Amino acid sequence: MLAGFKRFTRNRGAAIGLCILLVVLLTAVIGPLIYTDSPWKMVQRPFLPPFTVDGLPLGTDALGRDVMAGLVHGARISLLVGLVSTVVALLIGVPIGAAAGYFGGIVDDALMRFTEFFQTIPSFALAIVLLAIFQPSLFYVILAIAIVSWPPVARLVRGEVLSLRSREYVEAALLSGQGTLQIILRQILPNALPPIIVLASLMVATAILLESSLSFLGLGDPNVMSWGYMIGTARTVIRTAWWLSFIPGIAILLTVLAMNLIGEGLNDALNPRLSRKGR
Amino acid sequence: MTLLEIENLDIALPAGADRPLAVEGVSFTLNKGEVLCIVGESGSGKSMSANALMGLLPEGVEPAGGQIRFHGRDILHLSEDERRDIRGKSISMIFQEPLSALNPLMRVGAQICEVFEAHDLLSPAGRMARAVELLEEVGLPEPEKAIRAYPFQLSGGQRQRVMIAMALALEPEILIADEPTTALDVTTQAQILGLIEDLRRKHDMAVIFITHDFGVVADIADRVIVMQTGQIVEQGPAEDVLLRATHPYTRALIAAIPGMKDKRPDPTAAPAGDAQQSPVILSVSGLNKTFSTGGGLFKPPRVVHAVKDLSFDLHLGETIGIVGESGSGKSTAGRCIIRLIDPDSGTVRLSDVDLTGLGRQSLRMARSKAQMIFQDPFSSLNPRARIGRILTEGPMAHGVPRQQAMARARELLALVGLDPASVDRFPHEFSGGQRQRIGIARALALDPDVIIADEAVSALDVSIQAQVLDLLADLKARLNLSMLFVTHDLRVAAQICDRIMVMRRGEVVEMGPTARVLGQPEHAYTRSLLDAIPGRHHEQAMRRSVATQ
Amino acid sequence: MIRFILARLVKAAVILLAIMIFNFLLIHAAPGDPAAVMAGEAGATDEKFIADLRARFGLDQPFSVQLWLYVKSMVQFDLGFSYRQNMPVADLIWQRLPATLLLTISAFVISLVLGVIAGVLAASKQGTWWDTVISTLALLFYATPLFWVALMASLLFSVVLGWLPGFGYETIGANYTGLARALDIGKHLILPATTLGLFFMAVYMRMTRASMLEMSRLDFVKTARAKGLSNGVIQRRHVLRNALLPVITLAGLQAGQIVGGAVLTETVFAWPGIGRLLFEAISQRDYSVLLGVFFVSAAMVLLFNLITDILYVVVDPRIRLT
Repeated sequence: MLAGFKRFTRNRGAAIGLCILLVVLLTAVIGPLIYTDSPWKMVQRPFLPPFTVDGLPLGTDALGRDVMAGLVHGARISLLVGLVSTVVALLIGVPIGAAAGYFGGIVDDALMRFTEFFQTIPSFALAIVLLAIFQPSLFYVILAIAIVSWPPVARLVRGEVLSLRSREYVEAALLSGQGTLQIILRQILPNALPPIIVLASLMVATAILLESSLSFLGLGDPNVMSWGYMIGTARTVIRTAWWLSFIPGIAILLTVLAMNLIGEGLNDALNPRLSRKGR
Repeated sequence: MTLLEIENLDIALPAGADRPLAVEGVSFTLNKGEVLCIVGESGSGKSMSANALMGLLPEGVEPAGGQIRFHGRDILHLSEDERRDIRGKSISMIFQEPLSALNPLMRVGAQICEVFEAHDLLSPAGRMARAVELLEEVGLPEPEKAIRAYPFQLSGGQRQRVMIAMALALEPEILIADEPTTALDVTTQAQILGLIEDLRRKHDMAVIFITHDFGVVADIADRVIVMQTGQIVEQGPAEDVLLRATHPYTRALIAAIPGMKDKRPDPTAAPAGDAQQSPVILSVSGLNKTFSTGGGLFKPPRVVHAVKDLSFDLHLGETIGIVGESGSGKSTAGRCIIRLIDPDSGTVRLSDVDLTGLGRQSLRMARSKAQMIFQDPFSSLNPRARIGRILTEGPMAHGVPRQQAMARARELLALVGLDPASVDRFPHEFSGGQRQRIGIARALALDPDVIIADEAVSALDVSIQAQVLDLLADLKARLNLSMLFVTHDLRVAAQICDRIMVMRRGEVVEMGPTARVLGQPEHAYTRSLLDAIPGRHHEQAMRRSVATQ
Repeated sequence: MIRFILARLVKAAVILLAIMIFNFLLIHAAPGDPAAVMAGEAGATDEKFIADLRARFGLDQPFSVQLWLYVKSMVQFDLGFSYRQNMPVADLIWQRLPATLLLTISAFVISLVLGVIAGVLAASKQGTWWDTVISTLALLFYATPLFWVALMASLLFSVVLGWLPGFGYETIGANYTGLARALDIGKHLILPATTLGLFFMAVYMRMTRASMLEMSRLDFVKTARAKGLSNGVIQRRHVLRNALLPVITLAGLQAGQIVGGAVLTETVFAWPGIGRLLFEAISQRDYSVLLGVFFVSAAMVLLFNLITDILYVVVDPRIRLT
């Protein structure tokens, strides 16, 4: 465990990613305690550029709202949606993939057809359709993202379980009389965990991108200030107030970058190289 | 005429490896037309030396000292272009795994033509023609058709022939063969060895043959070099090294060859006939298993009869060896008997319980009666579980309380020759041989009636193999184990089995007491298997040499 | 081979059918009257229109009959009627489809070609600053939100620098024909196609690099070196060919993403494709159009997957000949 952590931090990129994520996390947790007012509140004249007025480090938007406050509250939303939707996607995908991989045969076929169906549908289009039909709220946004994100999880888990199922120690467990559930939970899944963890961190990144894209199109929760929404509203005034589009985008980019770096660091750290020296 | 002189070669490994030098102070010469065998176990540095010759050392591995002279010319410190000129043309190499050694996306003929292309020889048409000739020379049937085949369409032996054809294309002076037959069946191995010998004589080629099998050495070597952890421990003409070895390591290796120990003058063991008197503990009758692969919407599937009508009885305290080459169905038979795979038909009766008729729940409970020892020490133990857990999971699943199971685990570890405190350690802290011992302990943990050893020693180095076989023989005697020993190596079976069953393509072609099957084989296939065992004809002499000193 | 294609086509047809059923279920799962859903926000006010819909799709009849009528009409390419645009949905989509095809195919080609070249370069110069620069750029492109990059690109290259047109398909009012028109469209295509392709460029670059490095470690590369082949030949003929296999598989899997990304790109650049149509339909709550575009985009993805599957089989003889 400790050795893995050491390997992780030795990867420079992963260390940077972790730092960025911590900053974002802090912003999301502590920020709203400092910026207690709703980000929807109009505070000043609209279109104030950054660094011109005290107390408004990033200026105001088209309706005179504090950009910094928006950024801070948006951080919360991005992380919340990113994490929760990933967890839900895992809760759907892992059991499906594990069942398909372990039982094989008809169960595998049926589950994989089901997974393929969802994988073929363009995920963004599906999310749009779902949110357009079921009016957008944070709950539906998270649900929609989870629904389009679980197929790769199922695919990965199935692949891992399939290959682990024929490992000799799993056969030995079978021979020793252990039950199916026990074998899946204690022998197979713990060894399948590393790639799942890596995938999960990358999924958080994708979820954040998805959420911001949906908010950009106006399909996000209208009561919630999100980075994507900020960019969406700033679109029409891009020629005069380009920073209103630029700043939230940088925030998204940094957060997603951080998750990707962490994912890669985890990949390097969790790859146990069982050296096959000596027969 | 001396072709090659290697003097004090040192090869350095990258930082963090288990030792600083892969190869240390290695010196030897190679003469025209002679066969030099380099013998050693894994990690001995034998392959590294050969790689250095070709300039094919892996990344991070560098020559750190010494010289290699080919025709008097230093080839250790050449530019890449100069090295390329030598490779394939003056010195060639063939490797161990022919499937992964050939480009899966290129036709075999094209890969042979590449050798000519690399050295700017012949026209494209000329190259193809030569490729066909070469394939014929190495004994591939229908060479004009084989030219257009992809590697996956050929068998292991055929692929190795293609590799040899590639290596010989430009008639090199030296052929380096790095364990070329280790991955092949014993009969195929004999054919390939014969082929190499024929070609060597025809082209007057020198061969450096790297292997871990002293039997092979006995058959083909003119001179022998024995390596251990990067250093040469013994070197000389074949006869001297094999029959009058001086270094203890060499003698240990020769003694470790299975079957080298005298077979059973031991008075405590019951003579072969007695085993038949004890009760039958396992009865297999009419076992059948067919696999069908492939086949989609519009294609008929391929059908393979892995096991055909298998029937035999195993008596208490007896060890039966199931011997066969790949595709013989021996592993499938073993797995069907304990129902890791479900047979298509037939019955397996174990201590009066019909295993084949049991439902899932009752099967789970009945499982404890038959256990297996697996082949690969690196994947037979859960890397994330401590040894204690591995050894107690089974008994606990059958209701044994934890304390008791743990105590028994410690006993078993001592029984197989390991420190009982190992219960707290993880598998990766142990060597291959030690892991196999843990696997044996695990099999014993449930007090089974029958143990099936599925190629349990095949993945081990020769000396470790000998130790594990000794352990099994010891346990067999002490605990009166009944065992089915699945293996492809007749020599291994000879050392530990009371009766031997020879399988071929799913059927039993011969069965009988070990001494009889080995001494007076009845079936032609058994005879061909025996003949193919390398070093057979020198076995007597070698055994005597190890016994007297 | 023919058998393979036939099998794939059958599978695609089944999936399309499943999507039709899925659409149908969505309409009925939506809050409110299915007829109102199908009519859209605008059409819901027109009584006669809704009555027509009810009759056409048998919305008073049992579920199974409704399903059958729905599927039947879809199979006949009747994707509904857009009240707002006053056109059959199928015609609407047909009008806009070529623009989207042009955009997505260009983006795909750009991303694949540039991505693979960058990946090969980074792999062959592993560890040098070339590798670091390329890998870092890929990391950045991989993390940027598509719509934001599109906005920034149009801001930079169109508004600030004025090098390229920032919206539309062609210059309005110029009435070019023939080659001049093609060039004009091409100029308008550059920004949208490049920004859409940026993310995927990063994906292919990383995959190619990883694949090349992995292949280089395999035994057959050692054999090739042992034969005396030059490094260039080895990289091209042995490593690259094998390394491209997982890239092709990946390309197939990315098809859905590119089609989805087109929605954002077309919105930002006012590109007249079905993605933009989707965006308009969202604000107008025109569900028939929404579902129609959804269906067609799924069909596009299926077609694309079919092509990549065939390509894979052509390249890898192991699948073809067993």
